[in-house]
Amino acid sequence: MADMIIKNGTVYDPLNNIPGEKKDICIKDGKVTDKIKEKDATVIDAKGKTVMPGGVEIHAHIAGAKVNAGRLMRPEDAWMGKVPKGKLTRAESGSSIFNVYATGYKYARMGYTTLFEAAVPPLLARHTHEELEEIPIADKGAYVLMDNNWLGMEYIKNGEIDKLAALSAWFLKATKCMVLKFVNPGGNEAWGWGKNLIEVNEHTPHFEVTPAEILNAFAEVNERLGLPHSIHVHCNNLGHPGNVGTTIDTFNAVKDIKPGRSDRKAILHATHAQFHAYGGSNWKDVESESKVIVDYINSNDHVTIDMGQLMFGDTTTMTADGAMEYDLHKLSRRKWINCDVELETGSGIIPVRYSPKVAVNTVQWAIGLELALLIKDKTKIALTTDHPNAAPFTKYPEIIALLMSSTMRDGMMKGVHESIKRTLLPSECAGIELTLEDIAKITRGTQAKLLNFVELGKGHLAPGADGDVAVYDIDPDKLDGSRNPDQIINAFRKAIYTIKGGEIVVKDGEVVATPMGRTFIANPEIDESLNKAMLEDLTEKFVHYYSVNMANYPVQSRYLRNPFEIPLKPSKEVA
Amino acid sequence: MNPDSTIVTDVVCPLCGSLCDDITVRIENGKIVEVRDACDMGESKILGHDRIKSPMIREKGELKEVSYEKAVKKSAEILAKSKRPLLYGWSSTTCEAHEKGIKLAAEVGGIVDNTATVCHGPSVIAIQTVGLPSCTLGQIKNRADLIVYWGSNQSQAHPRHMSRYSSFIRGFFREEGRKAKYVVVIDVRDTTTTNVADEFIKVEPGHDYKLLSALRAVLADKADVLPDDVGGVPKDAIMNLAERMKKAEFGVIFFGMGLTQSRSRYNNVVNAIALTRELNQFTKFVIMPMRGHYNVTGFGQVLTWETGYPYAVDLSRGYAWYNPGETTSTDVLNRGECDSALIIASDPGAHFPGKSLKHLSKIPVIQVDPYHNPTTEFADVVIPSAVAGIEAEGCAYRMDNVPIMVRKLIDSEYKSDEEIIDDVLNKVMEIRGGK
Ligand code: SF4
Ligand SMILES: [Zn+2]
Repeated sequence: MADMIIKNGTVYDPLNNIPGEKKDICIKDGKVTDKIKEKDATVIDAKGKTVMPGGVEIHAHIAGAKVNAGRLMRPEDAWMGKVPKGKLTRAESGSSIFNVYATGYKYARMGYTTLFEAAVPPLLARHTHEELEEIPIADKGAYVLMDNNWLGMEYIKNGEIDKLAALSAWFLKATKCMVLKFVNPGGNEAWGWGKNLIEVNEHTPHFEVTPAEILNAFAEVNERLGLPHSIHVHCNNLGHPGNVGTTIDTFNAVKDIKPGRSDRKAILHATHAQFHAYGGSNWKDVESESKVIVDYINSNDHVTIDMGQLMFGDTTTMTADGAMEYDLHKLSRRKWINCDVELETGSGIIPVRYSPKVAVNTVQWAIGLELALLIKDKTKIALTTDHPNAAPFTKYPEIIALLMSSTMRDGMMKGVHESIKRTLLPSECAGIELTLEDIAKITRGTQAKLLNFVELGKGHLAPGADGDVAVYDIDPDKLDGSRNPDQIINAFRKAIYTIKGGEIVVKDGEVVATPMGRTFIANPEIDESLNKAMLEDLTEKFVHYYSVNMANYPVQSRYLRNPFEIPLKPSKEVA
Repeated sequence: MNPDSTIVTDVVCPLCGSLCDDITVRIENGKIVEVRDACDMGESKILGHDRIKSPMIREKGELKEVSYEKAVKKSAEILAKSKRPLLYGWSSTTCEAHEKGIKLAAEVGGIVDNTATVCHGPSVIAIQTVGLPSCTLGQIKNRADLIVYWGSNQSQAHPRHMSRYSSFIRGFFREEGRKAKYVVVIDVRDTTTTNVADEFIKVEPGHDYKLLSALRAVLADKADVLPDDVGGVPKDAIMNLAERMKKAEFGVIFFGMGLTQSRSRYNNVVNAIALTRELNQFTKFVIMPMRGHYNVTGFGQVLTWETGYPYAVDLSRGYAWYNPGETTSTDVLNRGECDSALIIASDPGAHFPGKSLKHLSKIPVIQVDPYHNPTTEFADVVIPSAVAGIEAEGCAYRMDNVPIMVRKLIDSEYKSDEEIIDDVLNKVMEIRGGK
């Protein structure tokens, strides 16, 4: 591969304290470097353009059982997004749930080069990897669901934290994932009987543990194993009016846990915080309680969040929180898929249309923006839509524009439900506008920091970083974002260049190369005798209760074309 | 014991949608000589039977043995010059072969479809209409206390389903096994499954829809509108069943072709799903289609993540076009549209209606299969393949969408489906590139 130099662009690399400087970026052998010989290099003229590290997706549902069930249920969604095959590209489908090819191409067109699938039911992990392997261009990784794991809950009940660590390590390896993920902890087991848990101190049927206990125990395990990211949590009580109390209780449930590695302060990442920041008591009087979350994040370091920004329009909701999807189904009566996964977790899917004329949707739309505008340290909040739940990821450019332009927000607020008065958007947020540096944080830098992928070369452009770069058609010297939101939208929708590992993959918004990326995996080490003791218990579960034999359960290595094992930093020997 | 003898455990049976993964086989001198724990159907497939010996091309009405390369080249020529090729079958091979097949279909602008067209296609349409509250089979094993088999003869079509996942198996919350469950069979006739049920409800042929509606009426407190008899089922029996469903802790309906292929077709399934949905107001209730071939589900999965649609996909426009009734294999054939067909891992010769077969017999047909079957009778090119799940490995999806890797147990002199399709694809690209 030829060396490359991206010349004269304005570089936003917030993790290296570069807040928009005229600077050249050199790439050699796929990595950023100090200097190269210009005459042998591909030269990209970025004069008057914005240069950022490749985007990093920290939370989206892009591959696996739920995503595919959503596609299957919604041929109308596939149809609306059809794009014929090209010389180099396969046919695309989907307007909220994209086929594997469209997923890779659309992220690349927006300048994203690293993607994380946020919810893998362990039993169905093979399916996730089959799809991830077909998504072109980006590097990828996945989060394994441990929220309602039977053996895990038994260990927690008995206080066997050592064995819980061994169990977590086993599931990470068996599923080839790299983050421990929790959706509605304890609640999905209750949903196995058509029930749910709302508060963090309620007990799940039979197993008699609470969401707070589950998260506290796994947070400790997470630190012991030295995983790069904190535990990644979809709190209980999602989407219900008045749920902010449950959210804060969840944050407090892990407050006593100390980080196991010095390169991260967070113990818990609360995903799609927008869905967890509601006041009021019913769908009519629901109001924004974003202030409670903002104050908490501003004054605590053990919790980070992503937005889960809702945008008006048609999309598909899909989550391991099966009970919540059933609630949505009861409201809308539209088609509904449920799939509970034995001994592990649940899931549900429904189509949805968010309308600015609906009180609750208006409040939801405002809350995500409030969080991003009001949280002071932008490395504690990441831009997401919980794709495709609150909106498809293709809405990111519009969200960026909304955050950069109070004029655009003011315009939109004229057309929404009067419930907007029960939010902070017209008041506290008035006039606040994010800078391109802020945007570089919440779309890449923050993600890389929270996932601890900085050393691994993501989310920044210091020498040694991956040669993942996005060049956008914005001249920061001339930009008046507030007056020109359309320019921002167009620029972030179609990167002029997306460079992945030193290769140009997108030029002028079109895909020009489709290399296959790596898949990140974590293989924590566990003391052998401890592992043996855990395996005895786990074998028991397989022999009697799983419907698949243990020998056939772990994802075979043939499912990963290009695995990359990330280094871990265990805090102490797991004895 | 023979020193050459090896025992392999945890083998996955590549036959029906139960995808049992607890089989043990004994291999001697590269042959499988013993199969333990499979049902008779599975055992006979794993032990192996008559194979197509060599690639063949039909000349003057007779299939003549040819080299593999010649058969691949001929296949590629047929597909490359076709305007509307059909690539059909897929349900008894791996997802890896599916991926290659869809790529081939995209390359030649063909219609790609699988056996769902003639079995659970209507279930897919129903899911696209109303969704599907379901779960994995282990969930049923551990929790279900009410099991309803509707239009599905488990004991014949999926012989070990009841002992591994449903009626007979002990589960975490059902330690008593069969005793802890109430089993109902609803069918138009007495079957071997009805023998092991607690209750058999005989419905008149074509009256399933009415019976489902009657149950929904009872749930909606509208029992007073019911006549004394619905589709041959007395009102009392309907009232009792509805009550039983409401009171169950965890109920499940397994349905088969008795619902999908009888009068009202996908509407039956829509109604059954609607009933299940409504039952969730009272308790936990799920529903699951009894998929036949071991990887019919897997094909639907792969085609969906590749194109957005689960079967009957027309790729002639460059983008995927899905319109069951138009793009479904039998319909395309009945209209006489296709000018060639590649048939893989299935046997339309035995399962398609006469009109479709009549057209198939007129166009060039390529068959890829380990075995002779009625399709071989009219195939023009025949390429024998390794048996997926015995001689070649790859992914398969159980009826509940749980992916399991089927194994390669013994070597084969034949290439896998995946390799064959890849060879044909490369040849097609070579021919087209040369134009
Ligand atoms: S029930 Fe089906 S999968 Fe199981 S052994 Fe019999 S044929 Fe094979
Ligand atoms: Zn999510």
